[in-house]
Amino acid sequence: MLELAIGIMLGLCALGAGCAMIAGIGPGIGEGNAVAKACEAIGRQPESRSAVTTTMLMGCAVAETTGLYALVIAILLIFVAPGRFVDILLAAIK
Amino acid sequence: MPEKTTAFKVRDILFLIMTVLPIVCGIVIRVLFVPSSDGIEISGAHIFFNMDFPVSPLIISEAQVNSWLVMISLLFLCLYLTNGIKENIHTKRQVIAEWIVETVEKLVKDNMGDYFTGFAPFVAAIMALSAFSSLMSLTGMFPPTSDLNIVAGWAFLVFILITYYKMKCGPLHYLKSFAEPVPFLAPLNIISEVATPISMAFRHYGNILSGSVISVLIAAALQGLTHLVLGWLPGWLGEFPFLRVGIPAFLSLYFDLFSGLLQAFIFAMLTMLYIGGAFSLEDYIARKQKKIKTKSTT
Repeated sequence: MLELAIGIMLGLCALGAGCAMIAGIGPGIGEGNAVAKACEAIGRQPESRSAVTTTMLMGCAVAETTGLYALVIAILLIFVAPGRFVDILLAAIK
Repeated sequence: MPEKTTAFKVRDILFLIMTVLPIVCGIVIRVLFVPSSDGIEISGAHIFFNMDFPVSPLIISEAQVNSWLVMISLLFLCLYLTNGIKENIHTKRQVIAEWIVETVEKLVKDNMGDYFTGFAPFVAAIMALSAFSSLMSLTGMFPPTSDLNIVAGWAFLVFILITYYKMKCGPLHYLKSFAEPVPFLAPLNIISEVATPISMAFRHYGNILSGSVISVLIAAALQGLTHLVLGWLPGWLGEFPFLRVGIPAFLSLYFDLFSGLLQAFIFAMLTMLYIGGAFSLEDYIARKQKKIKTKSTT
């Protein structure tokens, strides 16, 4: 019974981590848009290349933040949460 | 070219040694004290010891030790670059040092305005610390920036500075800024205020950490693949992970070099933008003039 409970817990943690990473779609689309527009801008005005590149990298980094939140949550779910939850479960049984 | 005195040479060698020594020390500490894992595993910083403190134990971990080593190394690198600096006489290192200072000052002036020119050393320090901490993973040491505590410390520092510069126009002005554009949005404004340092810390930490996690996963996959393909070879040849030689270096080029340097630049850039955006010079000057007026009337 205990094995089953721990197994379900680990499985759900892994599933949750996978679900959390769906958030990777958003930054992907956003950064793609940003880079596409930056390419257009450089094509139109090649002399503004350095300024456009700097601004684009900044924007990409900010757009990436949501994806990184999801990543942190996924990493917590995989590496930290199972140990905590198993400890809580064992304490509850005792 | 001026004559180099003996004292100058001695100082030179001393500074160079002190620049390299912390990194060597870090590698030695890692080899001696951090237990090597037999498989490939993903773990946080190794904890050297816990010190008992009243509220919670103070943990001295690899990340802290490494970040101190980076600081010492950077300090002596700066001393080396500015050693024997003079007006007009351009040694190679003086050109490099002047280029660094001028670049950072120009960056700060462009992004924050003339009022904040004094911020150049702070921005340069954050950028150098972040870049060198991330580059530490090239030597096989634990990069301090992939520990949330270190980056959160820097982000907290930036948060204090943002609050200080918002307070500079008066505490009332600061409190009023939460009630804009309409008062009932105040909770959201408070959340967005707190979210600034959190997002800064998580952005830096997540980027570096994801790089190291992916590197480890690729290394594990390549090891498994070698075992599958070349496992039939006799003796140690069958055990040796041939595919792990060289291939992860290309990933390291992106995740360690490019990502680390880019994140250092972005962290410094966001620091400048947030601090610059927190302070409006017109309000400050208006407040000062008001103060002078009230003083002169009384």
